[in-house]
Amino acid sequence: MFVRRATPGLYAIRLVLFFYALVCVLPFILILVTSFATETSVIRNGYSFFPSELSLEAYRMLINPSSSLPGSYAVSSFSTLVGTLIGVAITYGAGYTLANRQCKYRNALALYFFVTMVFSAGMVPWYMVSRALGCYDNIWALIVPSLMFSPFNMFLVRNFVREIPDSLNESARIDGANEFLIAVRIYFPLCLPVLATITLFYAIGYWNNYFNAVMLVNKPELFNLQMLLFKIQSEIKMLSSVAVGVTVNPPRESFKMATCVVTMGPIILLYPFLQRYFVKGMTVGAVKG
Amino acid sequence: MGGRRFGTERTETGLRGVAGELWRNKLLYAIALPAIAYTFVFGYLTLPYLAVAFEKYSFKTGLLSKFVGLDNFMFFFKSSWAWTVTRNTVVLNFMFIIVCSACSILLALLVSEVNSRFFSRAAQSFMLFPYFISWVIVSYILNGLMNTDTGLINNVVAALGGAKISFYTKPDYWYPILVFTRIWKTCGYTSIIYLAVITGIDEGLYEAACIDGATRLTRIARITLPLLLPTVCILTLMDIGRIFYGDFGMFYAIVRDNGTLMPITEVIDTYVYRVFKTTGDPGVSMAIGLYQSLVGFALVFGSNWMTRRLYPEGALF
Repeated sequence: MFVRRATPGLYAIRLVLFFYALVCVLPFILILVTSFATETSVIRNGYSFFPSELSLEAYRMLINPSSSLPGSYAVSSFSTLVGTLIGVAITYGAGYTLANRQCKYRNALALYFFVTMVFSAGMVPWYMVSRALGCYDNIWALIVPSLMFSPFNMFLVRNFVREIPDSLNESARIDGANEFLIAVRIYFPLCLPVLATITLFYAIGYWNNYFNAVMLVNKPELFNLQMLLFKIQSEIKMLSSVAVGVTVNPPRESFKMATCVVTMGPIILLYPFLQRYFVKGMTVGAVKG
Repeated sequence: MGGRRFGTERTETGLRGVAGELWRNKLLYAIALPAIAYTFVFGYLTLPYLAVAFEKYSFKTGLLSKFVGLDNFMFFFKSSWAWTVTRNTVVLNFMFIIVCSACSILLALLVSEVNSRFFSRAAQSFMLFPYFISWVIVSYILNGLMNTDTGLINNVVAALGGAKISFYTKPDYWYPILVFTRIWKTCGYTSIIYLAVITGIDEGLYEAACIDGATRLTRIARITLPLLLPTVCILTLMDIGRIFYGDFGMFYAIVRDNGTLMPITEVIDTYVYRVFKTTGDPGVSMAIGLYQSLVGFALVFGSNWMTRRLYPEGALF
């Protein structure tokens, strides 16, 4: 490989990048540290990277059986798992068909999907259709509406499949395989990089979503993690605005931060694996359709 | 395109035209059917509800409620909110587009010039991380930084002898705060796309330029940036098409129902939601939604048409 000379400019570049990386990570460290701080130290010194006292009290409260966190964890996990599996399957199917040269109407179909990317009727019709389908105040409200299929992901898959030589499909046909077998047995393994990318997109979309819960869910036992987080912030705000001047014993700030930490937990744990596939998948034909 | 279409000769079914094509490739279409059906339901079945914008909606009569012409639109455009939310949405999105494009191009250039595999990998990992974190958690981070009593920024300000700033009651601070938050969360992601393009550039070009004595800056200005331009155009066009859509997930998580900040932070999407939630009347929300969709649609085609005339390689379609 062609190597560029090391110059003062190079060190400046590294320094700038180092600082940007710090800016990206430090807020999360602040959350992590504060989740271990005692309430008095947060009240007295505020959020700090170096709290005066540490405790595990917040995490103890979280694993308390009466806490609603385990339930929300189950709701988030279930909707993410089921939604991502279905989403990836139907996205792959459509992407495969649209990349297939035998499909005469593939361009018409591409337009059919593209139109919904640039024109949407908006929030209210979406709400009404979701309710009409029965996606209201049940787990399906967190799975089906808007999260399960994204044309953008489908175009990613289509562009990836297009890069695979046609002759592969041809020879499989001559050997007597039907299109379904070809898609599942031959093309699917070849598409793993892009499938990993869209799996990541869907999973993150589900895990981080609170919009569906805000719009379509009222029952507290159906709140997913993000919705729970969203609620405890405003409710604690309400509480503290009522109890002005009263010294508070339970660790509120660190409790909120601990909830943030466990909510981010799975993403942080899986991040190193997923990130690699993500960069790889984005590199392949992410840009022009 | 122009690939061969074997299979067209298989006319044993005797069907021609659309039916013949569908029958011949029935399995192919069957594989795509779930996605087609899903898009039909959530993309196209929502369109009849546009009629609600012109009606006095009642849940009894549904879509066939009383026709009231442009009343719902008048209600919105006569209120002072029409201008406020439109301005906020456009101004904020415009700033997001400009600042984020500049920052992500800069980041991509820096990473591509860093000349160390380890450094480049590590930088990408860190830059991308905020993109995967939800807006709700971002709102917690912002609160941790800017809370009047306990926020880190105010601690530092107080330690230096300054007066604490009450960010959550001062709208003036919020354009910069929102722009900065946006950069922080999305620039890493966009710069990875740009970086993919830069990595794809023929190394020979740089070698030749180097032999001819080009400096780092000349190489960037004469090779990297021109080759990056089509991608920049396409991504920017996509953003311009969405300039009328406020990111509900972002704004509602960060600002919530904070009335003091609303003159600056309320965007069309959060306003539609608020009107719908407080009045329960879908007519007005629908009218605002339709206004938003139509302008957005015009913007997509308008900006694409412009780009196609000025710089064909950058056009979206």
